[in-house]
Amino acid sequence: MKTPIYFDNHATTPVDPRVLQAMLPYFTEKFGNAASRNHAFGWDSEQAVDKARKQVADLIGATSKEIVFTSGATESNNLAIKGVAEMYAEKGNHIITAATEHKAVLDTCKKLEKHGYKVTYLALQQNGLVDLDQLRAAITDKTILVSIMYANNEIGVLQPIAEIGKICKEKGVLFHTDGVQAVGKVPVNVIKDNIDLMSITAHKIYGPKGVGALYVRRKGPRVQLTAQMDGGGHERGMRSGTLNTPGIVGLGEAAAICQAEMAEESRRMAYLRDKLKSRLESELDEVFINGSMEHRLPNNLNMSFAYVEGESLLMGINDIAVSSGSACTSATLEPSYVLKALGVGDDLAHTSIRFGLGRFNTEAEVDYVAARVIEVVRKLRDLSPLYEMAKEGIDISKVEWVAEPTH
Amino acid sequence: MAYSDKVLDHYNNPRNVGSLDKNDPNVGTGMVGAPECGDVMKLQLRVNEESGVIEDAKFKTFGCGSAIASSSLATEWLKGKTVDEALKIKNTEIVNELSLPPVKIHCSVLAEDAIKAAIGDYKKKQNSRQPVAETVA
Repeated sequence: MKTPIYFDNHATTPVDPRVLQAMLPYFTEKFGNAASRNHAFGWDSEQAVDKARKQVADLIGATSKEIVFTSGATESNNLAIKGVAEMYAEKGNHIITAATEHKAVLDTCKKLEKHGYKVTYLALQQNGLVDLDQLRAAITDKTILVSIMYANNEIGVLQPIAEIGKICKEKGVLFHTDGVQAVGKVPVNVIKDNIDLMSITAHKIYGPKGVGALYVRRKGPRVQLTAQMDGGGHERGMRSGTLNTPGIVGLGEAAAICQAEMAEESRRMAYLRDKLKSRLESELDEVFINGSMEHRLPNNLNMSFAYVEGESLLMGINDIAVSSGSACTSATLEPSYVLKALGVGDDLAHTSIRFGLGRFNTEAEVDYVAARVIEVVRKLRDLSPLYEMAKEGIDISKVEWVAEPTH
Repeated sequence: MAYSDKVLDHYNNPRNVGSLDKNDPNVGTGMVGAPECGDVMKLQLRVNEESGVIEDAKFKTFGCGSAIASSSLATEWLKGKTVDEALKIKNTEIVNELSLPPVKIHCSVLAEDAIKAAIGDYKKKQNSRQPVAETVA
């Protein structure tokens, strides 16, 4: 087994060798501009883009004409939200989203607020799910868009997307979802799920970085967007810029592989994830799962190891790539806003670790990671004054802490 | 973030981990930080009654590697110092010794606070002891 071990597949995934093989010709001999309509170089490229468009559309139950290629999900989120806000400004100025969205959604909404839009940030239930009654109540006659992610990048919680989509449809409000973590991992169908716009990226599904797509519904309703990038009018005027043919081919191939292998792969992911979970839970006390286990991506585990600060744990398992919701891993000194939104206390948020399994992880790696985490958590608990106090029966939450004023 | 060799060394081989009897009149206990902030340090020292020299120091820390290293280093430095000498330990010396980056300076501040809190606790115990000793005499 080779170290370091990569268990951070929510951040990014390696490119599948099959995807790379599909891409390679489009860097060199088939380098044409897909918009060149009058020679074979252009035709080759256009054909490859068309095939990829179909592959992406097929994965999500859409049609080719509903796929707009972008540089990735951040751009897709920006285009969806700003594009709708601008296009439907006469209809209303209210957008609804959730507190646990990705920054590409939250910061886009914040930007729109500066331009006079009103944004409602829904609180989440403790299990990480949107409260549908709360959503229903938040929709007004000024609401033009609801943007709720399909699966959360930290806790892997899957939202009740079909129900949210249904509510939006009933109320005549457009529904955008950031599908980055869910597409290719769990079955996603834009028709069944009542989705009007969906952001997708290649690098979370074993494709290359720097390429993504936005699904834009064409029928029932026909969604219109104001382009955020002006130029040659590519992608039916919604996103100008010469198409990234090798990247798009990679996204298409990655989508096709996911579609072919999803059923088997998600079973394998769930098996490995559940094994990791049960090993950790059986050998360590006071560990807590963050977010619903029932409504969750098969490859995600987000666990708090009480009394052990996240960064010190990462330091101990330095041959394993995972990420922590602790403040110390970022420069902000604020622990994960996602865990906070779930009502996880700052003390437990500081002790959280996100494990993200992927296609290339093995059972031997899961065994190794479990053993290392158990070993380091035990070592750090021997070092932890909080664990000592807890074992003495002191209620940590009732202690009056003398924190330094700089915190 | 890359850690300095000294931080790694203290993290991998923390010095003086443990606890002293907090009811011992010669032991001072300092507990600083808060779980919500991601750092809690408990630092204890025992002062020799005759010489006034710190003869033992122990710590336990909940926090990042730099916080663990700062408190581990602090216990090393405390041993053999008098209480007054110990009070002169500055967080900047810890920063320099461990090559802490700016984002980790608060760890050294916390260690200095822990030393001061432990000595404060020790002095309080000593002061409350005096009158008792006199009445007995």
